[in-house]
Amino acid sequence: MFSFILRKLATVIPTFIGITLVAFALIRMIPGDPIEVMVGERRLDPEMHAAAMQRLGLDQPLHVQYFTYLGKLAEGDLGISLVTREPVTKEFLTLFPATVELAICALIFAVLFGLPAGMIAGLKRGSVFDHGVMGAAMTGYSMPIFWWGLILIMFFSVSLGLTPVSGRIAIEYDIPVKTGFLLIDSYLSGEEGAFKSAFMHLILPTIVLGTIPLAVIARMTRSSMLEVLREDYIRTARAKGLAPTRVVVVHALRNALIPVITVIGLQTGALLAGAVLTETIFSWPGIGKWLVDSISRRDYPVVQAGILVSATIFIVVNLVVDILYGVVNPRIRSHK
Amino acid sequence: MTTPVQTVEAVPSFPSPLKEFWQSFSANKGAVVALFIFLFILFCALFAGVIAPHSPIEQYRDHMLTPPAWAEGGSTQFLFGTDELGRDILSRLIHGAQVSLMIAFMSVVMSMIPGVVLGLMAAFFQRYLSPVIMRLMDIMLALPSLLLAICIITILGPGLINTMIAIAIGTLPSYVRLTRAAAMAEINKEYVTASRVAGASTLRLMFVTVLPNCMAPLIVNATLGFSSAVLEAAALGFLGLGVQPPTPEWGTMLSAARDYIERAPWVVTMPGVTILISVLAINLMGDGLRDALDPRLKRAA
Amino acid sequence: MSLLKIKNLRVEFGSLAHPFPAVDGLDFEIERGELVGIVGESGSGKSVTMMALMGLIDAPGRVTADELVFDGHDLLKLSPSQRRKIVGKDISMIFQDALSSLNPAYTVGFQIKESLKVHMGLRGAALEQRALELLELVEIPDAKNRLNAYPHQLSGGMNQRVMIAVAIACNPKLLIADEPTTALDVTIQAQIMDLLAKLQKEHNMGLIMITHDLAVVAEMARRICVMYAGQVVEEAPVAKLFAQPHHPYTQALLDAIPEHNKGARRLSALPGIVPGHYDRPTGCLLSPRCRFAQDRCRSERPQLLGEAGRVRCFYPLNIEGSAQHG
Repeated sequence: MFSFILRKLATVIPTFIGITLVAFALIRMIPGDPIEVMVGERRLDPEMHAAAMQRLGLDQPLHVQYFTYLGKLAEGDLGISLVTREPVTKEFLTLFPATVELAICALIFAVLFGLPAGMIAGLKRGSVFDHGVMGAAMTGYSMPIFWWGLILIMFFSVSLGLTPVSGRIAIEYDIPVKTGFLLIDSYLSGEEGAFKSAFMHLILPTIVLGTIPLAVIARMTRSSMLEVLREDYIRTARAKGLAPTRVVVVHALRNALIPVITVIGLQTGALLAGAVLTETIFSWPGIGKWLVDSISRRDYPVVQAGILVSATIFIVVNLVVDILYGVVNPRIRSHK
Repeated sequence: MTTPVQTVEAVPSFPSPLKEFWQSFSANKGAVVALFIFLFILFCALFAGVIAPHSPIEQYRDHMLTPPAWAEGGSTQFLFGTDELGRDILSRLIHGAQVSLMIAFMSVVMSMIPGVVLGLMAAFFQRYLSPVIMRLMDIMLALPSLLLAICIITILGPGLINTMIAIAIGTLPSYVRLTRAAAMAEINKEYVTASRVAGASTLRLMFVTVLPNCMAPLIVNATLGFSSAVLEAAALGFLGLGVQPPTPEWGTMLSAARDYIERAPWVVTMPGVTILISVLAINLMGDGLRDALDPRLKRAA
Repeated sequence: MSLLKIKNLRVEFGSLAHPFPAVDGLDFEIERGELVGIVGESGSGKSVTMMALMGLIDAPGRVTADELVFDGHDLLKLSPSQRRKIVGKDISMIFQDALSSLNPAYTVGFQIKESLKVHMGLRGAALEQRALELLELVEIPDAKNRLNAYPHQLSGGMNQRVMIAVAIACNPKLLIADEPTTALDVTIQAQIMDLLAKLQKEHNMGLIMITHDLAVVAEMARRICVMYAGQVVEEAPVAKLFAQPHHPYTQALLDAIPEHNKGARRLSALPGIVPGHYDRPTGCLLSPRCRFAQDRCRSERPQLLGEAGRVRCFYPLNIEGSAQHG
């Protein structure tokens, strides 16, 4: 098992190096004066311009610049935001938990509804339930989620007044940051109504962000279930005289879940992309909104950091999923 | 004893591939309905200039935020109502179909052609080229396609052409991987060896011998790429990073609509419903295509 | 009283309007401790019959029978849960491809213990002990370590031994082996067959050996049942069947054994395949492929007749006094 993890780790390293190269190149490929792009200073006189170039090491050959960049990355230095003049790392650390909280909730939502729906649809193939679930899943899969968010706001917030329109918690609450996850922090704070407020703020963004993963998981679970139910070992299990529920839960489900786990892992990508849109709609202060805002503010160091961080998260999550896959599927572990 | 046995064997005539394809495609009712919806949208896109009742950019200053015809205060002059600048929403949607389908079509072409070439190269030159190409694709896949597109827009700046390029680059890896996988499955089959022995050049082997046999998954991927391109173009437009106003693009129309959720819900509803129906139609078509072209692919989604 | 008695079993697939009978009026009996071979080509309904017996035919498949009695229980009258108390315990089955028939996600030990837990209620040390004993019984070397192995870590022959261990775990009265050696190497085939024969004798089990190869069961079985297109076409003690096959299909199967063709230039083979859904003949089901077929064979279906050996043919072969075919 340990060597399996090491091997998986080794395959990720070139990809990660590639991503740092992309992030490094990104900021240098933006048309315009490098000082303007990186420091935000406009129309410096030539002397100061040269001084700035030297100070930032931009007069060095590219490979030297790249290694300097890597060195800074290793220290956790992602640069300085042009707009707030704060270290990007610090901003990132305050915003990141908001995105993680939303993404985890969305994934839980998607798995909680997608897995059973897909499973039952697979077991009751051709039934009304099956057709209903598959129709809904196809619609969810085709959903422009930025519009879906607006429609939900229109219905639940504007018409019914049930849920708040934007943000993470009502402004009257000032919750001390402990974990960064407001759901937990507000609970710990003991302030009356804070937890409820945080929870209500989470509902709509969770649904919006979870819609596509939910659809994908339901479809995948169903087809995986159908496939597994045709396997010889299911026949064996039934020939053992096991009860139908035991056949499904013990013998079918575990094998059916193997491909579903990969799909859930791949949804991290969809969640990251979806977070950009969802956070924009709900003014959710996370890294997705931060990224989009920074592009329109031309805050390039933040964009660079955002891309690097998103890609890293994606790589790490997929790595974890790969390892998990090895845990549930003994065939993978010993082969390759 | 010697009665000759009457064996009138009906020689089964094999249906033409096209007929066979249509038979299995039309068995899927949803896919057929979706095909007609898609043809209708395509028709709107092709003849937008003729069928749109108004110019998509003309601002009727006296009719700002007119509700749709069926709602109170609406008029048949503007069937789907007008937006905050008094532009006819129906006309903008019809012209938007043109923009969306063009972006989708171009981005599919722009990612499919290089993707297939790279994929075939990776399959045929497994020693040296393949690792390089596949590592590169891994890096591209390390960013979700919308983020990759955002990354490219950051460099190139927003706009119609740049949207196409950004989406095309984002979907490139899927074609490379698919083509490589399909080609590698074909490459060791006898018919390829036969034509290699017969002296076919590598180029001929790649494009004439192997490629046609890899088409089924590629066509399905292209269909799904088409629908995700429509979605992604709209998402970029919504974020203000895609096609710029006043060009009527579905997503761009929504980005301005946010502020009118309370006052003019139709400004929000109409473009979204259009996007949803288009994407749904293309996806259903893709499902039907997949089942008809290659039953083995059923599990891939 | 026989251990298992099947009378007029019919298994249908397809729509009610156009049913396809995979098994059509099958009669079969087996005594305690008896070893019977069922022989036939693929598609002849051997496996479907056994699946029906095990209760593994799902809708839209339909199973009907005048009698389906096992050990005094009328299986068709039992509730599904009552039936499951018999299936896997008193009747058990092993399949052709052992690797795919074992669950890849669980260890061999888990899959053996599962039956013991469900049917025998064994727990703890007793369970562990019995599982180990079973692996030793099926002659798996290093049994203790193999309990923790996954099916993909074992060879085909070892997996088939595991399948046998699972099947005999609860000391069944009847074991059904559905082409247990088809997927294996020839040398391993013989080992598995010997093992099955040994276990059958030691435990006095009824054993139904399904195969498409007459040679496989020739040495072991006392009685052989030949099936064709969902029907039994001939049933006779082994020696008689080999010496004097009455049904043209049995003759054809015997002719297909290489040993019976010594000196011949080429193996004789029966032309064509078992009729499918759309080309079921109105007369004798073999008539399109039978070189002895007469007009009557093409219009009427023969019955399974006879005493010591039964045959379903209007013009049986090798019967003294009957008209020989020319």
